[in-house]
Amino acid sequence: MAKVADNMSKKAKSLLQWFDARLPVSSFWNAVMTGYYAPKNFNFWYYMGSLALLVLVIQIFSGILLTMHYKPSALEAFASVEYIMRDVEYGWLIRYMHTTGASFFFILIYLHMFRSLLYGSHKAPRELVWVFGMFLYVALMAEAFFGYILPWGQMSYWGAQVIINLFGALPTIGEPLTQWIRGDYFISDATLNRFFALHVIAVPLAILGLVLLHLVALRENGSNNPDGIEIKKNKDADGHPLDGIPFHPYYTVKDIFGVGMFLILFTFILFMWPEVGGMFLEHDNFVPADPLVTPVHIKPVWYFTPFYAILKAVPDKLLGVLTMGASVLVLFFLPWIDRSPVKSIRYRGLWYKVLLALFTIAFVRLGLLGMAEGTPAQTWEMRLWTLVYFMFFVLLFFMSPRGKTKPEPERVTH
Amino acid sequence: MKKLAVTLLFTVLLPLSSFKVSAASAAGVEHSGANIRDTASLQRGAKWYVNYCMGCHSLDYVRYNRLAEDLDLSEDMVMQNLVFSNAKFAETMSISMLPDQSSAWFGKTPPDLSLVGRSRGPDWLYSYLKGFYRDENGAWNNTLLPNLSMPNVLWELQGIQTPVYRQETSESGFTFDVIDHFELTTAGTQSPEEFAETARDIAAFLDYAGEPAKLQRKDIGVWVILFLVIFTFVAYLLKAEYWRDVH
Repeated sequence: MAKVADNMSKKAKSLLQWFDARLPVSSFWNAVMTGYYAPKNFNFWYYMGSLALLVLVIQIFSGILLTMHYKPSALEAFASVEYIMRDVEYGWLIRYMHTTGASFFFILIYLHMFRSLLYGSHKAPRELVWVFGMFLYVALMAEAFFGYILPWGQMSYWGAQVIINLFGALPTIGEPLTQWIRGDYFISDATLNRFFALHVIAVPLAILGLVLLHLVALRENGSNNPDGIEIKKNKDADGHPLDGIPFHPYYTVKDIFGVGMFLILFTFILFMWPEVGGMFLEHDNFVPADPLVTPVHIKPVWYFTPFYAILKAVPDKLLGVLTMGASVLVLFFLPWIDRSPVKSIRYRGLWYKVLLALFTIAFVRLGLLGMAEGTPAQTWEMRLWTLVYFMFFVLLFFMSPRGKTKPEPERVTH
Repeated sequence: MKKLAVTLLFTVLLPLSSFKVSAASAAGVEHSGANIRDTASLQRGAKWYVNYCMGCHSLDYVRYNRLAEDLDLSEDMVMQNLVFSNAKFAETMSISMLPDQSSAWFGKTPPDLSLVGRSRGPDWLYSYLKGFYRDENGAWNNTLLPNLSMPNVLWELQGIQTPVYRQETSESGFTFDVIDHFELTTAGTQSPEEFAETARDIAAFLDYAGEPAKLQRKDIGVWVILFLVIFTFVAYLLKAEYWRDVH
C-alpha cells in the first residue's frame, strides 16, 4: 500500500485513503501490478497478450463509433457502410481501425498460442489459463464470423451461407438447425439483425468475461517464461522471487515500447494498405450481397482458412465438418496431451522441435491452401497437411512422456 | 537451427506465389499505370465517365460536391460540365434510368459503378475498356467478360477492332482458336495511344470513386507513422532506463 502513496502530495494521499477505506484501490493495484512479480526473462513472444488486450480496446472503441452510423438492415447495410466510408467525418478511419483490428487480433492470438507451444505455458499449473484462452479463441472466431456478415457484401452473404450450411450436414437436426440460426429459409434481413445483436452485445460480453477469467487464472500462478521453470522456487528474504521483477513499472514500460512497435505496423496497414491485397478486405465484398448470383470463388477471410482447408480435405461433408470441429476441439486438451516433464522447447529434445516445425508448416500451408481455388493436386496436399496437423497431437501424446529432455536450469537465463 | 527454420519457411511459402488471391491477377489484365494523384487525369476521367458511361451506370455513393473538392474543381465547373440532369451540387451521381427499363433493354440492369474500382481494380477496368472487339457474329464481345451484354460505348473514340486467331493444341490433342492479337478495322477519332490514355483516365477516376478517402488517408498516415516512430524511440529510452537495474 505504501508504494502507491510514496510519491504523492498530502491532498492526493488523503483522497486515496478516503477511497481505500471504501474500495480496495491500493491493495488491488498492489496485488496485480506493483506487488505482482513476473519473470525477468520475457522475450518477443510475451508482448502478444498485452497487445491483444490493446486490440480488444481498439475494437470496442471503433465498434461503438461504427454502431452509431451503421444500419443493420438488408436494404440499408451496404449503403450505410459506404456512408461511413464517404460521408461520416473520418468514418473511413473508424472502419479501417475495425477491419485492420479484426485481422491483427487473429495474428496476435495465433502468435500468442504459438508462444505456448514453444514454452509450454499451457502445462500445469496453468491448464485453466489455456482452457479459458481457448474459449476466448472460439468466442473470437464467432465474433469475427458474425461481424463479417454486417457489411452485406457478396462475401458476407455467401461466406455466411457456406458456414451456416455446415450445420446442415448434421443428421436429422441439421436442416431445422440451419433455419433456426438464420431465422428464415435463407440468409435474410432476420439473419443480419440477429448477427448484429450477437456481434455487438452477446459475444463481446462473453469475451470480456473470459478475458477476466484468463487474467485471474494467470495471476494465480504467475506467468510462465521462456525457460519454463517456476520462479517462485527461488525466493529472497522478503519472499519475492529472485528471478522476478514487479510487473509495474518494469513490464508496463516494456509493454509501452511494444505498443509503439505494434502500432507502427498497425497504422502502416490501416493508412497505406487496408485491403492487404484482398486478404483483410476481400475484393468481392465491395459488391452488394445478391442472393441470386453466386461468386465464382467463395472463401473465408484468411484467419479461418486453415480450418476451411481441413473441411475441404475430407470428401464427405459430415465427416469434413466433424474433422474441422475436432481440429479446434483437440486444442482444448493440449495441456493433457502434452505430457512432457519439461515445459520449454529449450530443454526438450530434437523430436519436439521437429514435431512443432511440422505442425507450424501444416497450419500455415493449410491456411494458404484454404485461400486457393482448389485444384485436385491442392486437395491432396490439404489431406497431407491435415494428417500432419492431427498427427502432431497423437505423436505428442505418446512421445512427450518418453522423449529425450535436457536438464532444466535452477535459475532463468537472462 | 534458425537457418533451417528460415529455409523451411521459404519452401512452404514459395510455391504459393502462383496462387490467385486477388482479382487483379486474372489473365489478360494489363498494368494500367492509373494514378489517382494525377488530378488532371481524374478530371479527364470524370469528363469521359459522365459523357460515355453515366447514361447507364450510376455512381450512387459519389457526391458532386465531394468530387469537386477532391478533383480541384469549382462548383460552377462541375455544374456546367459534369451535371446533365437537374441534380443539385450536394447530391449523388445518380441516373434517371429505371432498373426495370434497363433490364428490359439490355437483358441486365447496368450495375452501379461506385465501388467497381475496389472490386475489380484499375488494371482490370483499363484492360476491360481496351478489350472490346467485334466478333464473327457481328456482336460486341470482350476479352475479360466474354459474351457480355454491354456494347462498346467508346467505339467512336477507339474504333472497331477485330480479332486475329491462332490455333493451339491442348495436351489431350484438342485444337482450339485463341485470340492472338487485334486488328483495328475501323479507325476511331483517337489514336491507340490516345485511347489507352482515355481508358487509363477512366480507370483512375473509378479507382478514386471507389474510395475517395484514399488520398487523404495516405497523407495523414505518413504523419501518424512518423509520430509513432518518435514515440516508440522515446518509449525505448524509457524502457532502457528502467531496466538498467535488472540483471
